[in-house]
Order: sequence, then C-alpha cells, then structure tokens
Amino acid sequence: MTADGARPLVRVRGLRKSFGAHRVLDGVDLDVAEGSVTVLLGPSGSGKSTLLRCVNHLERPDAGFVEVAGEVVGYRYHDGRLHELPAREITRQRTQVGMVFQQFNLFPHLTVLENLVEAPVAVRGVPKSEAAAKAGELLARVGLAGREGAYPRELSGGQQQRVAIARALAMEPRLLLFDEPTSALDPELVGEVLGVIRDLAVGGMTMIIVTHEIGFAREVADQAVFLDGGRIVESGAPSDVLDRPGNERARAFLSAVL
Amino acid sequence: MTDVTERIPLLSAPADDPIPADDQLLAARLVAPRRPGLWVSAALLLVLAAMLVHTLVTNKRFQWPIVRGYFFEHSILHGLELTIWLTAAVLVTGYLLGTAVAAARLSKNPILKSLGFGFVWLIRSVPMLVQLLFWYELASLYPRLSLGIPFGPEFATFKTAHLFGGILAAFVALSLDVAAFSAEIIRGGILAVPAGQVEAAQALGLGRGRIFRRIVLPQAMPAIVPASGNLLIGMLKATSIVSVIAVQDLLYSSQLIYNENFQIIPLLLVATLWYIVLTTVLSIGQYFVERRYARGTNRRGDGFGALFRRNLPLFGRGGLATGATGSGS
Repeated sequence: MTADGARPLVRVRGLRKSFGAHRVLDGVDLDVAEGSVTVLLGPSGSGKSTLLRCVNHLERPDAGFVEVAGEVVGYRYHDGRLHELPAREITRQRTQVGMVFQQFNLFPHLTVLENLVEAPVAVRGVPKSEAAAKAGELLARVGLAGREGAYPRELSGGQQQRVAIARALAMEPRLLLFDEPTSALDPELVGEVLGVIRDLAVGGMTMIIVTHEIGFAREVADQAVFLDGGRIVESGAPSDVLDRPGNERARAFLSAVL
Repeated sequence: MTDVTERIPLLSAPADDPIPADDQLLAARLVAPRRPGLWVSAALLLVLAAMLVHTLVTNKRFQWPIVRGYFFEHSILHGLELTIWLTAAVLVTGYLLGTAVAAARLSKNPILKSLGFGFVWLIRSVPMLVQLLFWYELASLYPRLSLGIPFGPEFATFKTAHLFGGILAAFVALSLDVAAFSAEIIRGGILAVPAGQVEAAQALGLGRGRIFRRIVLPQAMPAIVPASGNLLIGMLKATSIVSVIAVQDLLYSSQLIYNENFQIIPLLLVATLWYIVLTTVLSIGQYFVERRYARGTNRRGDGFGALFRRNLPLFGRGGLATGATGSGS
C-alpha cells in the first residue's frame, strides 16, 4: 500500500479496546492508502465495527492510536502523554471522516434536503442556497434526483441508505467509513447501494467498508482484512485473502458465507 | 382450486349455507362485523349525558343566575388573571430549570449528575403544600439572608420577611416543583431517541449544542409533549393551592366572596367553569403542538376539524359506523 512512499491516509497502531472483561480489539495495525478501498471481513464480534468506530472516535481506544491525515484521532501528544482533545477539536476531526451506518440513521424529522444541508451549513458555514445546490447534485449522483422534499420514512431502505451516503458526501470527507451498509436491506435493494459505493471507488474515494458481501469485496477492494477475536489474522490483496486464505478461521468463515 | 365441489367445507360453516362459487365470492359485498355492544354503550352514554344536563338545568340549588352574575365579577377576573400569569411564569421558569436539570442528570459530569439527581429526589419527596408553606414561612427559619463568604464577612443582608410575600413564595415553590417533574419528563423523552441519531450527528461533525437542539430535542418532543400537557394542566389547577397562603387567585377570590354571601356552590361553580375554560384552551394548544412535532411520522393531523373527529369520534363524521374499526385516515 505504501509502495509509492506516500504516508497512508489512515494508520492504526496497536489498537486495543475492551468492553468490560470482553476484549474486542487486541492490538490491531492497519494502513489505508489515500484513494484505496479496504474491506473488513470477519465473523460478528470479531471487532470490525469497533475498529471502524475508533477511526472517527465514536469509540475511545484503551491503548494504541488511530491517525487520519497525519493527525492522531481524539488525542494530542504532549510530554509523553496523549491528552484527549476537547469536544470541539474532536468535532473538527470528524468533519473529514464520513460515516454510513447499518441502520442508515437518517434524521427522521428532517426532509432529505434538510438531512443533506444540516452539517455543511451548521459546521462548515456553507450558504444555504449553495448547500442545497450541492445536495441536489449529490442526490442525482446516488440516483435520487428530485427527492429533496421526501421524509426518510417515505423512502425504501435502499433509497434511505443512498441518501445517507449522499449526506456523508455533503461534508466532502477525505475518508468514508461504511458499517455493514447493506445488512439491513432487503436482498433486492442491496445492489443499488453497492452500485453507489462502486461508483465512489471508481471515483477514487478512500473507503473502509465492513461488509459480508464477499463478491462485492473481491470486486472493489484494493485491500482485504480479515479479523477474528480482535486481531487481524489475514490481510492483503483480495484475491489472496478471499481465495487462498492461509488462516484456518478465515477459511472456515469464507467457505460458510460463500 | 378451480372445482368448487372438491373443497372441504370448514367445520364451523353452517350446514345450510352451500359452498359459494368463486364468482359469487367476487361479487359479494363486504360487511363489517356487527358491534351491538358499541351501540348499547353509546346509548347508555347519551342517556347519562342527558341526565347530567337535566340535573344541571333543573336543580335550582345550582343557582345559575348567581353563577352568571359573578362570572365576570371584577375580583373573579382579577383572580383569574393572577392564576393565568402565575401558571405561565411557573411553567416557563420550571421548564427552563427542568431542562437544565435533565441535561445535568444525563451528563457525564459526576457532580452535575449527582446534583440533578439530588434536586429531583428532594423536590419530589416534599408535598407541594408543605414546600409552599416552607417558602412562605422562610422568615421564621432564616430571619435574615446575607451575601458573603461562608463563615466570613457578609456583604449584603436582606430581611426575609420582606423578601418572601405570598406570591413570590408560591412562584418559587411551584417553579421548583415543575422543574423536578419536567426534568424527568424531558429526560425520559431524550432517552427515547435512538443512540444512532446522536452518533450519526457526531459523525457529521455537528457540535453538542447543535445536536441537542436540532436532532435530539425535536425527536424527544413527541414523548415530552403529552406528559407535559398533563403537568401543565395539573399545575394550572395546582395553583389553587396558593389560597392557603392568602394569594388571591381564582379559587381564593371565589372563597372571599362566598365567605361573605354564603353562596358556596355557585361561586365554586364560577371557579370550576373558569378552570374548565382554561384547561380546554390548553388541551387545544397541546393538540397543535403535538401535530407540529409529528413531522416525518404518519401521525400528522389535518386542520381544526380533525381535533374533534380524532378525540371525540362519537360525534364525528361516520361516527359509530366506522369509528371503531380504527383511525383509518
């Protein structure tokens, strides 16, 4: 990934996280190059989602660090200590990392347009008219042109997830995180969401995707990472990880889901 | 499927009903189940309502002419005015304080959390009447209040007897009461908002204040408003408690009059009717606030007429014939 010598956009080192006695992340190292797509695979409970949520500090790691665009996420190094950043600084860091959730998490009391312009207007101070025009373009890009006035509940799951992607893109992030973006969808709606993500990959967006869609992973990923028990047990080119896994656990999992 | 004779008749089907053909079923008119219980209870309700009206009209001891005579009497209107603004002041203060207390209880700060919990625990534990008397009698507990350094010099001193008149005591006691109860209502509403909503807002980089105002509070409102309507109306009537410390609200004004002319029932009716009027206005207000916050859900009403059709379907269009089968609209 770092063959060209450039510093990776995302660097994860020694990341550990426990919930009570349960160790969810047990020392994870990961690099994500700018413009590349990384898929995180693994059985449920293997720590994929927690790893993803550490990247924008929705979870606070117990040890180790995540670095995005050269900045340690959520902390400032000073005099041998990592001081947690004030809320405003964390908020600033999050503006360059977009996130798409399994359950969409659109704001149900706001229209599609209001969902899309909320953050650009409130956080980046974009004028309303400009944000609305941008929102229109983004909706067209995810195949939902003209649906500005709809409320989320009036849309299908696939449409809602595409709005959620457009909402994340509205902040012009350098990195997009997807937490099982198609797991809550009817099978017939999965394709339209994957199609949008595929377009983003072609467009050069840096993405980390937690997914169980193995075929999709093979197609779009530059790097596939297999987690088990909070550790990365297999990583590399998708063809290697998915088709010739060396790890016993990975082989069992992949043969079960394929 | 196609041949009628091959069908096995249902065990419960009456023997004399021949099995209908498909075209008969397709042409048949749909009939809703009969609801004789509904009609009987409706009739019973109307009879009871008629009896109530009858006794109100015919029982001379209600003394309606006297009620009418005092309804717009100067001191009654004065008391009404005091009741209205005391309620308004108490609610505004109480809800502002209550929102702060709810935020304190939900915060991660251990000091604020404990403070919020302690406040709610204390205020809810003391009967409102006792609280009211405490504030009213504050002068006998602390004759002087002073601003200064604890155990050190004092900068300014007030005589509490001058500070806490009846109205101020009532305002403070009732506001604290509303604050404690509204804090729990607001906290409950906020907890009802899915955590994913806050996470999505955080992931977008929205600040904490903005997330609360724009994302959490509007979604908490549908849970907050009905309970708040209850609290508000309860408080409107609870202000009548101030009559014990001789604050001339609506009830106490009526009492002053019947202490002179002994027309107890008519004057209680005057007060009652005014309370009903105020409560009605508040209930209508609540309906529209609820509708305002139904944005994005399927519970949106449509205009003033819906207020009656939804809440009193007995008298609405369609009424008994369709009403019981569900909201439909």
